Amino acid sequence: MSEPMVAVRSITKVYERGAQKIEVLHGLTLEIPKGDFVALMGPSGSGKTTLLNLIGGLDQPTSGEIRVGGSRIDQLSRGQLARWRAHNVGFVFQFYNLMPVLSAQANVELPLLLTKLSATQRRRNAAVALQVVGLADRAHHKPRELSGGQEQRVAIARALVSDPQLLVCDEPTGDLDRQTADEILGLLQVLNAEHGKTIVIVTHDPKAAGFARRTLHLEKGRLLEQAA
Amino acid sequence: MTRTGLVVANLFRRRTRTILTLLSVIMAFLLFGLLQSINSIFSAGEDFVGATRLVTQARVSFTQPLPLSMLPKLEAIPGVARVAYSQWFGGVWQDHTPVFAFAVDPLRQRDVYPEFTMPAAQWQAFAATRTGMIAGRALADKYGWKIGQKVPLASNIYPQKNGSKAWVFDLVGIYDGTTEDTRKQAISAYINHDYFDEANAFGKGRVNFFILRLADASRAAAIARTIDAMFENSPDETKTQTEKQFNLSFVKQIGDIGLIVRWILFAVFFTLLLVVGNTMAQSVRERIPELAVLKTLGFSDGAVLGFVLAEALTLCLCGGLIGLALATFAGAAVERGSGGQFALRPDLAVWLLGLAAILLMSLAVGLLPALRARRLKIVDALAGR
Repeated sequence: MSEPMVAVRSITKVYERGAQKIEVLHGLTLEIPKGDFVALMGPSGSGKTTLLNLIGGLDQPTSGEIRVGGSRIDQLSRGQLARWRAHNVGFVFQFYNLMPVLSAQANVELPLLLTKLSATQRRRNAAVALQVVGLADRAHHKPRELSGGQEQRVAIARALVSDPQLLVCDEPTGDLDRQTADEILGLLQVLNAEHGKTIVIVTHDPKAAGFARRTLHLEKGRLLEQAA
Repeated sequence: MTRTGLVVANLFRRRTRTILTLLSVIMAFLLFGLLQSINSIFSAGEDFVGATRLVTQARVSFTQPLPLSMLPKLEAIPGVARVAYSQWFGGVWQDHTPVFAFAVDPLRQRDVYPEFTMPAAQWQAFAATRTGMIAGRALADKYGWKIGQKVPLASNIYPQKNGSKAWVFDLVGIYDGTTEDTRKQAISAYINHDYFDEANAFGKGRVNFFILRLADASRAAAIARTIDAMFENSPDETKTQTEKQFNLSFVKQIGDIGLIVRWILFAVFFTLLLVVGNTMAQSVRERIPELAVLKTLGFSDGAVLGFVLAEALTLCLCGGLIGLALATFAGAAVERGSGGQFALRPDLAVWLLGLAAILLMSLAVGLLPALRARRLKIVDALAGR
C-alpha cells in the first residue's frame, strides 16, 4: 500500500490568548490517501480550519506528528516550512486573497518567483494555469475587474501553477452564489479526477461537500468517529 | 512579473499618497543639496590655488581699521604688483536704501581691478575731483544716475567734521564689467579716499582692508603668510586671505552658517521621517492579509521584510535622486545668476552625502514596518487578528 498524502497522528493544538489556553484539537489522527478529495465539515469552532492550516504547513501543532507527501512537517522551522509550502501545497481561500495591484497573470506568476524559471517560462506556465481554469482571456485584468467566480478561478490557477500535489481550500465557495460555487467545485473535481491532485476543502455547505469523494466531520476538536 | 515589479506595483497602490510623499522627499533633498552646498562653501579651507588677488584686513575683524602707513610695506613684498585700499562708507540713498559705497584711491582701484573698465578721462576726473564719485553701471541704471549730477548719500557710520552725516558727491564716472559675470557685479559706488579721510569726523589715515594684486599667482599662499608674519605681535595684526574667502567672511557675519544649515536640515529631515514613516507604516498596516498571503505562497520572513524595505528604498531613492538633480540644476542657475560668486551646485561630496542620507532614511522609515511584516503570523494575519 502506498504512503498516504497526508498522515496526521495524535495532534493537539493549543492557542494562547493572553493567560488563557484554548485547546482546539485534541489528539486528532487522520490519513488522506493520494488522489483523494476530502471535505472537512463541522460547526464553527470545531477546529476544521486549524486542521487545514496544520496540513498546509501554515501553523505548527502543539504536539503530534504530521507527514505530508512523505515529509514530516511538524518539525520544520519557519523558513523550512515556507520553502516546503512553495513546492508542495497550493492554497485557495474564501475571499480569494489576490493582490489587487497585480493583473490575473501576475497574480498567478507570484509563486513562480520562488522557482528558478526564467521570466518567459513563468509567463508561459501562468498562461497555461489560467487556461486550465478557463480564464486565458482575462489574463490582463486586475482582480477588481473580475467577478467573484473569476477571482476564485485566478486563485485556483495561482494554487496550481507550481504543480503541487496537494490543494487545501478554506471555504472556497463561501463567498459565491450557488451556480458559481458549483462551477468552482466542478473545477476542483476536474483537478482531482484528471490531474490527480489531492484536495482537502473546509466547508459549511453540505452541497459543496457533496462534490468531494468523502466527508469528515469534526466536532470540538475531534473527528466525529473519534469523538464518540 | 518580477520582484521589482511587485515592489513598484505595491508602492503605487495609492497613487496620490505616494506622489505626495515623493514630492516631500524631492523637496527635502532639493533643500539638502542646496544647503549642504552652502555649508561646503563656508566650511571649506583656504584655497590659494589660482588666487590673483589677496585681501589683508585686521586679524580680529575687518571692521577694525588698519593704518594706511602699511601700504609701502605691502607694496615692497616681492610678488605683489599693486596694492589698493578701501574703507567702508556705509552709504544710504534717499529713503534708507543702502548702497555699497567705499572710499578708495582711484588709480590704485583701476590698476587692481582690471575687470572693471571706464573711459580714461573718467578715471582722471575721479582722481582729480575731491568730491568725485564713480558708480557701477547696474547701480547707476537702477537709480537713474547720470554723469555730472550730484549724488547725495548719507553715511550710517561717518559724520562730516561739521557733524552732518549727509554727504554730497559729484558723479564723474560710470564703470562697467568686461564680462557678463562682472557686469552683474558692477553694483558699488566709490568715492575719493583723500577727500573722505580729510572730511570725516573720525580718525585719519586708516582703511578697512588692502587689496593686493599679485604678479605671480603661484606665490599667493607664501605672500599671505609673509604679510601676516610681518605684522604679528604689532598693534595691527593682520589676516590675509583670498578674495573669495574674504567675500564669504562677509556673509559669515550673519552667524555660524554651518550650524544654521544643520538645524534647518534637521527640521526638514525630522518632518520627512514622520511623513514617509507614516506612509510606510500605513501602507503595511492596510495590507497585512496580502503580506500573509505572500508568506502562505512560500515567501520567507526575510523576503517579506526585504519587500517592505525595498519599497522604502525605492521611494527615498527616487525622491532623493530627483531632489539632488533639481538642486544641481538650481545651484547651477544660482551660480550663473550670481556671476559665479556663489557656487551652489552640489559637488560629488554633497551627492555622496545625499546618497548616504537616502540609505539611512530608507532604513529609518522602512525598518519598523518591515520588521512588523517579518514577524506576522500567517494564521493570525489571515484571520484578521
